[in-house]
Amino acid sequence: MTKKIDQKQNFLKGILKENPVFVMLLGMCPTLGVTSSAFNGLGMGVATLFVLLMSNIVVSLIKTQIPSKVRIPAFIIIIASFVTVVEMVLEAFIPFLYEQLGIFIPLIVVNCLILGRAESFASKNNLWSSIVDALGMGIGFVIALTILGATREILGSGSIFEMKFVSEDANTFILFILPPGAFIALAYLSVLFNKISIKTLS
Amino acid sequence: MRKKESTFLNMVLSLAMITIVAGFSLGFVNDLTKGPKAKAKLERKINALKLVLPEFDNNPVAEKQLIKSDKFKDSIEIYTALFNNEFVGSAVVGSSNKGFSGLIKIMVGFNPDGKIQNIAVLEQKETPGLGTKMKDEKFLKQFRGKDPSSFNLKVIKDGGEVDAITGSTITSRAFGEATQMAYDEFIKNK
Repeated sequence: MTKKIDQKQNFLKGILKENPVFVMLLGMCPTLGVTSSAFNGLGMGVATLFVLLMSNIVVSLIKTQIPSKVRIPAFIIIIASFVTVVEMVLEAFIPFLYEQLGIFIPLIVVNCLILGRAESFASKNNLWSSIVDALGMGIGFVIALTILGATREILGSGSIFEMKFVSEDANTFILFILPPGAFIALAYLSVLFNKISIKTLS
Repeated sequence: MRKKESTFLNMVLSLAMITIVAGFSLGFVNDLTKGPKAKAKLERKINALKLVLPEFDNNPVAEKQLIKSDKFKDSIEIYTALFNNEFVGSAVVGSSNKGFSGLIKIMVGFNPDGKIQNIAVLEQKETPGLGTKMKDEKFLKQFRGKDPSSFNLKVIKDGGEVDAITGSTITSRAFGEATQMAYDEFIKNK
């Protein structure tokens, strides 16, 4: 018998105490790569949330059937399949979003957040807990990516969700749209996030 | 419940099962999305054609010409627009590999006299917020109504007449190159 898990805590931990981006620093590749605008961050977050949810469900369902020595390749095949499904569905039905995220969707496969949750949570817990865990972690990821994207977009292009609030020729901090800006913004946001969350939790 | 033991047979069987199921479900989804995918692509093309060409009443997609060129790997697509059976312009797909992140594909619409009617961006991977500004009105409007035989498509820095996007000279350069290529093909196949 596994010990009983408090589902509310299980859900909230992904958003606050174990936020995948700001606290655990997982899945840095898509985090830094796509968050040059708030919309891109949101789109990437939602796509990742879907894959995370599906892979957690499947891994939790078949966990007893996978011999532990080959569990990692098995998880990767499951994750890669769902990512390919997301890619095909987006291209067919939401071509606008597909165009925006195109090259970053295959990157979801190597997002260690998804593999990490499959390995450390879904392969050890029951279906319901795994779903709640995936939702919590996924929403935490969406929130983090959207905040990071919004910060970089505000500073770098002077707009938010593509709505400009500075004049066309205004000088913005272009640095924040470029890769180094991602690191700088992430570092300051992590500090801020941890400060706030420690205060609210204690 | 106990975990399956990691014997050789168990490992082979479980991995084989997973790959088979994954393979079949991917094939199934692929079949499911094939139709809508092709439709979405066609729709995008028609929308681009409507944007870059003057009003037309034929079906340019059905009458597209594919021109083989020794300079470029892919054949070049040319769409001819007719209105009351009269030639009103054609759209040429131009591309350049010299974008900041590789391939840039644009569709350039020409009037019968060689002037640029409009340009639409089909494919690009440029930096969001910088290179992607080539889709903006501010950058595109300088090309409209220009005749590339007298309008130099290089950026000002390189001695041309194109006002480059701030911070994205490479993108602007590639854009000009793609436009030039489309124009050359248009003249060659008029």
